[in-house]
Amino acid sequence: MFNPSAKLKVDPRDAKLAMAHFFVAFTALAIGGLAGLLQTLVRSGKFELPAGIGYYQILTVHGVVLGLVLTTFFIMGFQLAATSKTSGTFTNKQRITGWIGFWLMTAGTVLAAVMILLNEATVLYTFYAPLQAHALYYIGLTLVIVGSWIDGAAIIMKYAEWRRKNPGQPSPLLTFMSLVNTMMWIVATIGVASTVLFQLLPWSLGFVETVNIGVSRTLFWYFGHPLVYFWLLPAYMAWYVVIPKVIGGKIFSDSLARLSFILFLLFSIPVGFHHQLMEPGIDPAWKFLQVILTFLVVIPSLMTAFSLFATFENFGRSKGATGLFGWVKKLPWGDARFVVPFIGMVAFIPAGAGGIVNASHQMNQVVHNTIWVTGHFHLTVATSVVLTFFGVSYWLIPHLTGRTLTKAMNKLGIIQAVIWSIGMTFMSGAMHAVGLLGAPRRSSYSEYGGAPQAAEWIPYQVAQAIGGSILFIGIILMIYIFINLAFFAPKGEQEFPVGEAADEAEKAPMVFENWKLWLGITVVLILFAYTIPFIDLIQNAPPGAKGYKLW
Amino acid sequence: MHMHKFEKAWLIFGIGSLLVFLTVLGVSAFYLGNQPPSCLATIDPEKVDTTVPFNEPGLKKVEGKDWDYELVYVASAFSYSPAEVEVPYGAKVKIIATTKDVVHGFEVAGSNINMMLEPGYISEHVTTFDKTGEYLIVCNEYCGVGHHMMSSKIKVVE
Amino acid sequence: MAKTELSRKTKTEIKASSSLKGTLASVFLLGFFLIITWVGVYLLFISRF
Repeated sequence: MFNPSAKLKVDPRDAKLAMAHFFVAFTALAIGGLAGLLQTLVRSGKFELPAGIGYYQILTVHGVVLGLVLTTFFIMGFQLAATSKTSGTFTNKQRITGWIGFWLMTAGTVLAAVMILLNEATVLYTFYAPLQAHALYYIGLTLVIVGSWIDGAAIIMKYAEWRRKNPGQPSPLLTFMSLVNTMMWIVATIGVASTVLFQLLPWSLGFVETVNIGVSRTLFWYFGHPLVYFWLLPAYMAWYVVIPKVIGGKIFSDSLARLSFILFLLFSIPVGFHHQLMEPGIDPAWKFLQVILTFLVVIPSLMTAFSLFATFENFGRSKGATGLFGWVKKLPWGDARFVVPFIGMVAFIPAGAGGIVNASHQMNQVVHNTIWVTGHFHLTVATSVVLTFFGVSYWLIPHLTGRTLTKAMNKLGIIQAVIWSIGMTFMSGAMHAVGLLGAPRRSSYSEYGGAPQAAEWIPYQVAQAIGGSILFIGIILMIYIFINLAFFAPKGEQEFPVGEAADEAEKAPMVFENWKLWLGITVVLILFAYTIPFIDLIQNAPPGAKGYKLW
Repeated sequence: MHMHKFEKAWLIFGIGSLLVFLTVLGVSAFYLGNQPPSCLATIDPEKVDTTVPFNEPGLKKVEGKDWDYELVYVASAFSYSPAEVEVPYGAKVKIIATTKDVVHGFEVAGSNINMMLEPGYISEHVTTFDKTGEYLIVCNEYCGVGHHMMSSKIKVVE
Repeated sequence: MAKTELSRKTKTEIKASSSLKGTLASVFLLGFFLIITWVGVYLLFISRF
């Protein structure tokens, strides 16, 4: 594929915009990581929070700061950098759009953070009504979402400009992927924005007395599942496009990579009911329909697994590997840019297996709202995604700051990932196991009145605290590496690795760029999966619920 | 766009496995009746205490129904009523529950009884208690500062 | 320049030895892991009341 900008560095002005996002993201990592450590310590039963700080307040900090702030800021920064790198420097107008998005997101984050610290919003990051937070908390979260839309607009504008200048050409793969994720995000966040703006905000301001719980939860989960794919797809961008270049191989197939992203766009959204399988008010047939759609979104991940293994095997064999698994030895096991995301890929195997269990209709009864679920998403987002983001940081931060990743930092990066894996094996492993025994998620330490079952859970909770403490060491290391790469690493040129496709001669079909078609199908699938049950929730609604502040 | 023959084989195997999973789940749910709790009945959350059957929480023998007993729970921050109940071994029981205030969970640890209680909605689950023992009920949805203290007990006795 | 040559060389080599049997074995191992996990929890589901 002809790509005039492939050799260029990201323009320093665009680099500054991306770095602004990363500073917020890594600040969030430090704060949220500390909150996570405190939670695991409290739940072991061996530690109490000082100064009357509440467990659930810390839990709200952890969820908001890591689940919403770290992820959204890192993803937007990465996608802006990737778009600038592959489609060319942003115009001033596009870059200003990006800055407006950044500042709105930051202002919203500060507002939400202040309300959490004042203990006015101890409702966790899912803010399920009728627990009622302060209106400013909802406004803060709204600003984060709106800011992300404006950030995303910069990417959409750049894409449109590229297509105008390169008629009949498929867009650069990283730009294409950033665009798909941005569009999925915009379609998905309409749900959460609707419940916040039309239900929760007027209700918390006292304009209306009650709120329709079923509708609010359904709008939340319409957003809640694509949210996790919004986290995952940037990791897939790195796996599909960056990792092949890092190891010195080729992208297995440009077209199949695009196809899998299109499938994510189509099937990530009409699946929210698999988070509401245990809820009243929704007909089980509609739940099952969305379970089927959820299983369809497994398919692009199956494709991704094949592509990645094939990239690795092709590379290994090109280096003379023989036998069934000889190619594994040829991979660059000393390179943090490869090893760290690779551990993330491995973690996605148990993570995906757990995810299929969670989505399995009535089988969800075994695990719903147990700490198994917490163990699950600490493998998906907190290992697969986050380790990939760390692996990306090791070349992207120095690329943007005009520095280099030194051998010492490279080694520290690998050590960081190993520590993370050990800590997560303890923590997530214990969570999965004790979750199957029934231990609930999002709960402080409790002996439940001396119940024998609850006593069985405590050793696992101690294991979680051990894992959490090891993970916190990993977070300190990561922050240290980030500060080094941002401010102290030696000046130099660090490559922004963008892979080339093995099937380069084969141009990606232009149908992949037909957004009327793909967004059209997306909307049709959403309407198909949601219209009737949603009308049911409104027509057969019980009397609304008043707000409660129970913390 | 072409696909390697091994990738085709993998996708056929993978998608085939997913189809088998869905078939097993579908038959279990729609033919054997193992649906996840999805009761469609509603209630005024302000009037729970005066609405039948929630005016009398606890275990009740019933006649002429597909189940032998009805076990009624009212949840509110941060407790369940009743706080303890004895169920005869082997009894087929319909659990009927709702909440008076915020969203709560209702999970009988170590069993498949696991449902959300949401204000305005009634949640139901029918099961046969075919193992004796003492089972802990926990709230598994965050409901406020006393969330982790919210529990109840079911004793399945001979 | 050296880089371009290198990548060209890699490409020809890939074509010469493009066996994916290791990939096939890997994804099937992955598939079996998914099945074992799912069946395991399903058995737990049917063993509980």
